[in-house]
Amino acid sequence: MSVETSKQNDDQPATTGTTSPELIRLEGITKRFGDNTVLDGLDLSVQAGRHVTLIGPSGSGKTTILRLLMTLTEPDTGTITVDGQRLFPASEKELRDVRKQIGMVFQQFNLFPNMTVLRNITEAPTTVLGLSKDEAEARARELLDLVGLADKADARPTKLSGGQQQRVAIARALAMRPKVLLLDEVTSALDPELVAGVLDLLRDIARTTDITMLCVTHEMNFARDISDQVLMFDSGRIIEAGPPERIFSDPEQERTREFLSAVL
Amino acid sequence: MKWDWSAVSEFMPHFWDGLLVTLQALALGSVIAFTLGLVWTLLMRTPTRWVRWPVGVLTEFVRNTPLLVQLFFLFYVLPEWGLTFSALTTGVFAIGLHYSTYTMQVYRAGIEAVPAGQWEAATALSLPARRTWAVVILPQALRRVVPPLGNYVISMLKDTPILMSITVLEMLGQARLFSQQHFQFTEPVTVIGVAFIVISYLASLLLRTLERRLVR
Repeated sequence: MSVETSKQNDDQPATTGTTSPELIRLEGITKRFGDNTVLDGLDLSVQAGRHVTLIGPSGSGKTTILRLLMTLTEPDTGTITVDGQRLFPASEKELRDVRKQIGMVFQQFNLFPNMTVLRNITEAPTTVLGLSKDEAEARARELLDLVGLADKADARPTKLSGGQQQRVAIARALAMRPKVLLLDEVTSALDPELVAGVLDLLRDIARTTDITMLCVTHEMNFARDISDQVLMFDSGRIIEAGPPERIFSDPEQERTREFLSAVL
Repeated sequence: MKWDWSAVSEFMPHFWDGLLVTLQALALGSVIAFTLGLVWTLLMRTPTRWVRWPVGVLTEFVRNTPLLVQLFFLFYVLPEWGLTFSALTTGVFAIGLHYSTYTMQVYRAGIEAVPAGQWEAATALSLPARRTWAVVILPQALRRVVPPLGNYVISMLKDTPILMSITVLEMLGQARLFSQQHFQFTEPVTVIGVAFIVISYLASLLLRTLERRLVR
């Protein structure tokens, strides 16, 4: 089924109104790993500034969507465009230009253990965006302040807790000033007491920036708070889509109801 | 058999000469083995078959033929094609080349042990491939390869006497020369035997310190 993340109710902030241009489009995306079909002819369109949450059982293809957009994997069939640029096929330079606009935060943080926290954040802005060392450090310190880790600039990532590492990873992604932020189960690897801090930070970012967010999560309260649109996945398809108020309180599909009653 | 201390003291000047040559061969051989091995590893990862294939064949060939044969080839055959190097240069290069085909496997394992998430994070930050290698992958891989590379240094040390066969006067060469001139075998051979143990032991101490430093 085709899903548009356009507004379906009027009491949402006007900043994400129906006039926002389309930023991401996936058409007829199929992805198989061996005999396993992870995405099955999927269509999806996301407008700039939207916060879209992908929910559904494990293995239903949510993470694969994010990985496709980040060009970490290629689709078997179908087309993906980001901000007008077609991916697959695209030249290495075109891919890099698209990647520059997209930030990703991973379940396992994936910080560079051989660099300090500060260097983790300044590396890409200096080498990719061409910022001077001073500019990049100023930006990094501002972000560390935002994520509440100003005092950890010179620490090694391995010395930090999981929650702190994930906040550094968020700062690292934001340092590139991306248009799109992909969040791949960012709290799944965290100890329960560390989850709230990371989710609060993301709520702040969702509220105070105009970054388009695609978020795979099992935190349904969080999804309800930040999303304009919730997509319910099952077996490589989007089986239901809508604003969080409707999906969480009055889902149309039996499968969605089952899933929600299992996780809520 | 009688132990003769005067033979030891007579041998010592020759021993120091030999020790210097052994250490030179070991140090330069290691440098070649470490750099060439890394070059092989990186070439084997290029997407072009026309690079991977010849490198694969060359390194398989070198790894699976005896060092002594390679040494003779470089020392006796190359001059016939007009390429002449000193015995020590030839020996250092032969050892370095031979061991580079082992170190390349160590590097490969080290690189493969870097988690996929590191590559993915680098891609997500749009770091160019070169930069990803230079600041993300290799620094993490190199930390893992220090212990196995160190073991190859000790193996190389134990292979240096083979250079005697192409007239390099390293420790064993000096001992043999001395023995032939003075008909005293026990003392010089014992001295260099002890020297090998001492050097290996010091090298392994150094290696352990280095390991401890790298694993932070």
